[in-house]
Amino acid sequence: MQTKQIFTGLVLSLVCPALTFGGTVSGKVTYTGTPAKQKTIDMSKEPSCQKQYTTPPTTETVVTGPGNVLENVVVYVSAGAPDEKSAPTQAVTFTQKGCRYLPHVLVMETGQELKVLNDDQTSHNIHPLAKINREWNKSQPPGSPPIVDKFDKEEFISVKCNIHPWMHGYFAVLKTSHYSVTGDSGTFSLPNLPPGKYTITAWQEDYGPMTQDVTITGNETKNVDFTFKAKPY
Amino acid sequence: MNDVSKRMLVGLAVAAAMVIPALSQESHIGDLTGNAAAGKKHYRRYCIGCHGPLGDGNGENAQWIDPKPRDFTAATFKCRSTPTGTLPTDQDLYNAISRGFTNSNMPHWDSLTPQTRADLVAYIKTFSDRWKTEKSGTPIAIPPETPVTIQSISHGYELFEKLECWKCHGQQGRGDGPSASTLTDSKDNPIRPYNFAAGREDSRFKCGVTNQDIYKIFMTGVDGTPMPSFADTIQPNDAWDLVHFLRTLQVERPSKENEVLKAAGGKIPKPADTKSEIPVQNSEKSSGGQ
Repeated sequence: MQTKQIFTGLVLSLVCPALTFGGTVSGKVTYTGTPAKQKTIDMSKEPSCQKQYTTPPTTETVVTGPGNVLENVVVYVSAGAPDEKSAPTQAVTFTQKGCRYLPHVLVMETGQELKVLNDDQTSHNIHPLAKINREWNKSQPPGSPPIVDKFDKEEFISVKCNIHPWMHGYFAVLKTSHYSVTGDSGTFSLPNLPPGKYTITAWQEDYGPMTQDVTITGNETKNVDFTFKAKPY
Repeated sequence: MNDVSKRMLVGLAVAAAMVIPALSQESHIGDLTGNAAAGKKHYRRYCIGCHGPLGDGNGENAQWIDPKPRDFTAATFKCRSTPTGTLPTDQDLYNAISRGFTNSNMPHWDSLTPQTRADLVAYIKTFSDRWKTEKSGTPIAIPPETPVTIQSISHGYELFEKLECWKCHGQQGRGDGPSASTLTDSKDNPIRPYNFAAGREDSRFKCGVTNQDIYKIFMTGVDGTPMPSFADTIQPNDAWDLVHFLRTLQVERPSKENEVLKAAGGKIPKPADTKSEIPVQNSEKSSGGQ
């Protein structure tokens, strides 16, 4: 009857806001086919770094895990999320250690502070090859204080050191705070999404982006998987 | 007015609205004011062959030359008085056009009148939207040059070692350091570090010939290339010491620095904390004493 429906509706509308933390989009990123073999890095020109490894490290353009999963994939909400009011106050850190970048793919929001550290005994130069943001190039000798900067526009920026040509990394500068980077399980989770229609993008540095749309109605968990086609070279 | 001519008028108005803001771009160099609309004519006569109609460095000559012509749409410039990552001043661009770029196909355009060059600067700024949203960087403060003494040169050598300039430039500055062969510019074209020992008596740098120009090169970086900015790591007075040392690497070029070095016996006093060999000054202009 009508009064019963109205009463239920009233109760639900009072209780539900308290329960609604938002929906979650989660899933796994995998690949099909054979990915390119990663090459062993020859660091003989930089003995101070070479000696830090018992076995020489490899390039990291495609990093895979058991079960054909892909690591270092940035999964984020590319459309549908409300604009962030301000950048996070916490800085993100990019470390040069063993003549490699840690992490290999660093995600930050537009306007968020970036700190670059040099933990090695050799100089590095930090050279983000930005095309939409400003491109800059700064030297950082060992023992220097962190280099601090930020990026104002959304962009996936390739980062390199010219002195050590094998060093490559990425800055993923995003407009949204809803992002996740896959680890060795290949899984990602994007929680706290209010009801609405969203476009989820998964970006891998060699394969580029893939998108899928998803709709959140309450606080359910929607499963969204991405499967990239591996390129042999 | 019939439909067709009405649409044509609207089309023209829209086109004009898009073009006019861009061509109202101005440049200010000293007393000169350059105007983009005037610069466009000159660009299409003098510059378009290399830099291309779109200003992206893809003119029809570009395929035959190395280094490639500047891509103005990226708004990244090598020779600035402003910090790395910032836009150059109008004066920087004017100087670049006037001076040209040694060891490249960019001629020195001082055959054009100053007004023409100022107009060209204004037009070049229309190729990238960055000029609309960003102001030029603030030119770095350059303190007066310190005296050229053997101590200054020695300290400069210490910096050259500590900051590992030799990794690209080599111990004698010949551009043969361990990392030199793998260097690429920001467009992934191979590029070589400056060779201080080559060149004749002028031994020009891409960004000028004076000690001040060398100072600016490593204190602002050469954007778009592997050469970084050392502004965060070198104190301004120490930077002059490095400049003085670098001049002694230019063994073919007579300079105050080379004279001071010769007077000190042709050998740079070994700084306390360096283990590497002192670069041998092997030009006949410096005396023996090795």
